[in-house]
Amino acid sequence: MTDKDLVKETSEGGQELGPAAATPPEERRRERGAILRVPESHPAVDLADLPEAGAEDETMIINMGPQHPSTHGVLRLMMELDGETVLRTKPVIGYLHTGMEKTAEELTYVQGGTNVTRMDYLSPLTNELVYALAAEALLGVELPPRAVWIRMLLAELQRISSHLMWMATNGMDLGSTTMMIFGFREREMVLAFFEKTTGLRMNHNFIRVGGTAADLPDGWEDDVTVLCDTIEARLDDYDELLTGQPIFRERVEGVGAISAAEAIALSATGPILRSTGVPWDLRRTMPYLAYDQVEFDVIVGTYGDNFDRYAVRLNEIRESIRIVRQVVEKMPSGPYRVLDRKVTPPPRARIDESMEALIHHFKLFTEGIRVPEGEVYVAVESPRGELGCYMVSDGTGKPYRMHIRAPSFVNLQSLPVMLHGGLIADAIASISSVDPVMGEVDR
Amino acid sequence: MGLEDLNRNFFTARLEDLVKWARRNSVWPATFGLACCAIEMMAVGTADFDVSRFGMEVFRASPRQADLMVVAGRVSQKMAPVLRQVYDQMMEPKWVISMGVCASSGGMFNNYAIVQGVDQVVPVDVYAPGCPPSPETLLHAILTLHEKIRTGQITRRRATTPPVERTAGWLREEPEAVRLGTPR
Amino acid sequence: MSGPEPETGTPPATGATEGGLAGASGRGVAGGGGSDVPQLVGRAGVQIFFPSRERYHDLLAELQVEGFEMLADLCGVDYLTHPGRTLPAGVEPERFEVAVVLRRLDPPGMVRIRVQVPEADPVLASAWDLYPGAEAMERECFDMFGIRFVGHPDLTRILMPEDWEGHPLRKDYGVGRVPVQFKEAPGPR
Repeated sequence: MTDKDLVKETSEGGQELGPAAATPPEERRRERGAILRVPESHPAVDLADLPEAGAEDETMIINMGPQHPSTHGVLRLMMELDGETVLRTKPVIGYLHTGMEKTAEELTYVQGGTNVTRMDYLSPLTNELVYALAAEALLGVELPPRAVWIRMLLAELQRISSHLMWMATNGMDLGSTTMMIFGFREREMVLAFFEKTTGLRMNHNFIRVGGTAADLPDGWEDDVTVLCDTIEARLDDYDELLTGQPIFRERVEGVGAISAAEAIALSATGPILRSTGVPWDLRRTMPYLAYDQVEFDVIVGTYGDNFDRYAVRLNEIRESIRIVRQVVEKMPSGPYRVLDRKVTPPPRARIDESMEALIHHFKLFTEGIRVPEGEVYVAVESPRGELGCYMVSDGTGKPYRMHIRAPSFVNLQSLPVMLHGGLIADAIASISSVDPVMGEVDR
Repeated sequence: MGLEDLNRNFFTARLEDLVKWARRNSVWPATFGLACCAIEMMAVGTADFDVSRFGMEVFRASPRQADLMVVAGRVSQKMAPVLRQVYDQMMEPKWVISMGVCASSGGMFNNYAIVQGVDQVVPVDVYAPGCPPSPETLLHAILTLHEKIRTGQITRRRATTPPVERTAGWLREEPEAVRLGTPR
Repeated sequence: MSGPEPETGTPPATGATEGGLAGASGRGVAGGGGSDVPQLVGRAGVQIFFPSRERYHDLLAELQVEGFEMLADLCGVDYLTHPGRTLPAGVEPERFEVAVVLRRLDPPGMVRIRVQVPEADPVLASAWDLYPGAEAMERECFDMFGIRFVGHPDLTRILMPEDWEGHPLRKDYGVGRVPVQFKEAPGPR
């Protein structure tokens, strides 16, 4: 069978949601499970519990996106509505497909960071982190402690900025423009620190294989402390503005609920899973970096609705600030990158003096780091959930295959379950509460 | 009725200049965020950078009400037809800023999935470099576009733009692009 | 455990262990599910199963009973230009491979499954009826590699346009690089 036949065979009906009338009854019965993305026989789904679809001529299919202000980028949703009630939903994605996994096979391990950092553009440092960890696991190098703690500091600041961005856009989707201005205001503070440290506001390529690109700037402790103090105080403002506000609570409480069993069955991770009450946080359950040496709480919700997801994220900012304060206290001194010349390029000054350093520098940047053969799966907790990197090396300077397990991509599958039976006006709040980053969904 | 006040409170100008002045000061952008650059585009609208200083804070959700499309991010092969459709839905006069290297030239993603430059799909007025361009760069691109509107023709339609006529040593007064960065 | 050798002899590095697994808690399957399947031990003691295509679905079901209730990741690999890789005895290398990561939430644990899928007949049983979360991942795998999953409810392209030809992440599919010409660029010196 050729590729062409495959395409012909499978693109019938295409990626879109077909009208209910056009499908035979047995197909529809199967589809009701399928569009909910859970098999009918699965214990997590109680089909009897679902509201029945109305007569066929009473439902309509509407299309939201890919260019729509509330779909967070280029997400396209097809929804079947019965009046205002959402029956079926199908996310159509791929409008930002960038071919990054193919490009990653073309780039050396030194260059690869520039590629992965553009996936999840709200937390670029986390992407670099998982890429570097995967390559280092294959290399088998041991990181100096300062590199580990710098990475932790940056990852937690990134979580703060990402969650602040989420608070801002969530506020915007719910009509709270004040929250949007506030969220961006605080995010700019974090970005200012990133710019000072890495030279860029976004897409840093700062966490490299074997450590970081540079040491932290002088006086970083003061910057970070001021940052923590300011944001911590302003979080109380948010609490006052949103948590205690009846309009906001009316719009999010009990909306878009998902149960723990459904979330686990749909492989949802991050705030979605934690909002259902499952204390699953890779920083705690499978510690990487030095997360077993800092104190923090894993925030969980109870009902798995939009309010719980909001509360989980708000309090995760507090926990991240707690971790950042501990990192400031405990930051060890020493080198910030591995002192292995097969991994780390020599300092610029050495190149002028030493022929050997020049050769190493040249080899490293033309051929890349030689990574031993093997394959590995490494996962970290990104602000959106489990961010995994499956890397296969064939012993050359470029990854043979690099696959990113993107949390937004997987979390989007839980959207049809959240939206089912709700009102279309609430759908906006639910999409926002999943926090999809399309760059990461489509890669 | 009130005509006696005409001896003050009015000024005269060419209608063309007035139209251009009005257009320049109320360029409403469409919300067309694609990737990383969209975040910086949103940042431009917020308190720190405050694009409302230039009369542009009204990001329109409907392309029918927008004058400017900021193509913020990489354009995939799947998105290109959608992009063109959104552009076609916008009313004349309309302008396009290609924000970031991905939109301008494909950037670092020269592969099967990405359109190598959005100017293959829609005509572009101003290219903003950077990956992503900082909000200041986007503001600069916006000011460049303003200058272009101020010095351009009001009736020029894109499809029928005549080539710039060059006479011996003399360039007609409608420059195709204006370089604002150089001090004058 | 019948796994002959770890993939490499290197010790797990600080901060870079596989999935952050540390200690014995991540090791393997207590109840012995899939003990007849060829295995290897990956970095940081992660158990890797190499079932045949026929055994794959049953193994998933057995592991689900053992408590591995979340399918964290599923992806394809095309080994066209890198055929010689470490596999346990009795496993024939094929062109495609599907790698699956399963997670146990309590106590935290992780196993991986690597299934060989031949080029001539790229078909595999779908994990969707056991793990509904595999739905999008299998669609992506089909889109990128052309591996068809039997039993999948909606196996269509997910990232590429519907009328796209070919499967981009296959090794014999070109990158699609377009030569870029800069108009003002000076000619070759």
